[in-house]
Amino acid sequence: MNWESWSQFWAMGGDGLYVWSAYLVAIVVIFTEIAVIGLTRRSILEHLGRYAKIARKERKPRIDDSRF
Amino acid sequence: MPALSSTLSPDESPPLPAWSRATPQRGYVHAGRFLPWFAFAAAVLCAGGLFVGLAVAQTDPHQHEHYRIAFIHTPSLWLSVAIYFFTAATAGYGLFRRQRLLSMIASALAPTGALFAFLALWTGSLWGKPIWGTWWVWEARLTAELLVLFLFLGYIALQEAIDDTRRADRASGLLALVGAFGLPLLYFSVFRWSTMHGSAPQGLSAPDSPIIAAGIILMSLGLLAYATAATLARLRNVILKRERNSEWVERNFGARP
Repeated sequence: MNWESWSQFWAMGGDGLYVWSAYLVAIVVIFTEIAVIGLTRRSILEHLGRYAKIARKERKPRIDDSRF
Repeated sequence: MPALSSTLSPDESPPLPAWSRATPQRGYVHAGRFLPWFAFAAAVLCAGGLFVGLAVAQTDPHQHEHYRIAFIHTPSLWLSVAIYFFTAATAGYGLFRRQRLLSMIASALAPTGALFAFLALWTGSLWGKPIWGTWWVWEARLTAELLVLFLFLGYIALQEAIDDTRRADRASGLLALVGAFGLPLLYFSVFRWSTMHGSAPQGLSAPDSPIIAAGIILMSLGLLAYATAATLARLRNVILKRERNSEWVERNFGARP
């Protein structure tokens, strides 16, 4: 272990500004990507459900192919 | 082909080549199956890599603590370049084989690649300021990495700009391929002149600090697992969006009546 205390760790020998801003940017960017992917998925699933409901009303029932 | 079909009963039809069995539906199922494993590996490896890199590794006598940016900078750089060539390969193969799933993989890869290219440049800038005294220089590695970022952004913009997905795949695939051939050319031509950038993986080539090497390797593997997980998750979105009119999507994702 390189550090003796938490305050030493956060100070990074006086270079903390550069080191921590690099890691902060990385964390922000990565978690933003995760959130965007999750929100996109949710909106796609919502649209698919809505679209299917409309399609079902407008169209004749599909032939059930499990009987063949 | 009557000669072939007369000799084979429907049950023993010749097996399809591997690339034609890679349908979007199968891609969706497999992406969902592997996604949690890669996400888990990414969390474990990144936690280990950050611990080794930020807490265990010793202070550098010349660069003090600034060198710790390497644990995010170097893996981001490697990944952005690797993802770029992988994007170009999948897009190119999808282009010539007319293999839709491969084109979908390419378009799922590109945003993650752009993210890592951006991270490599940004963290590099934060490293360059205290060490070189400047945020940016027009130098071989930096310029090549900037081009990687622009190629990714161009790829994404082309895909978004063209509504017909087949035409979008063709145009953006072509761009990715041109970039894949242009990038090494640019890199080696500019590299001949002058460079301010340190020799590539200092942590790896320096045998006196295996801990730093271990940190960089752990972070590389962790971010590779993350990139895979993010790509798989995005691939599922891309597949659902593009295949929204197909029967299997409607059957599995349409609202219950």
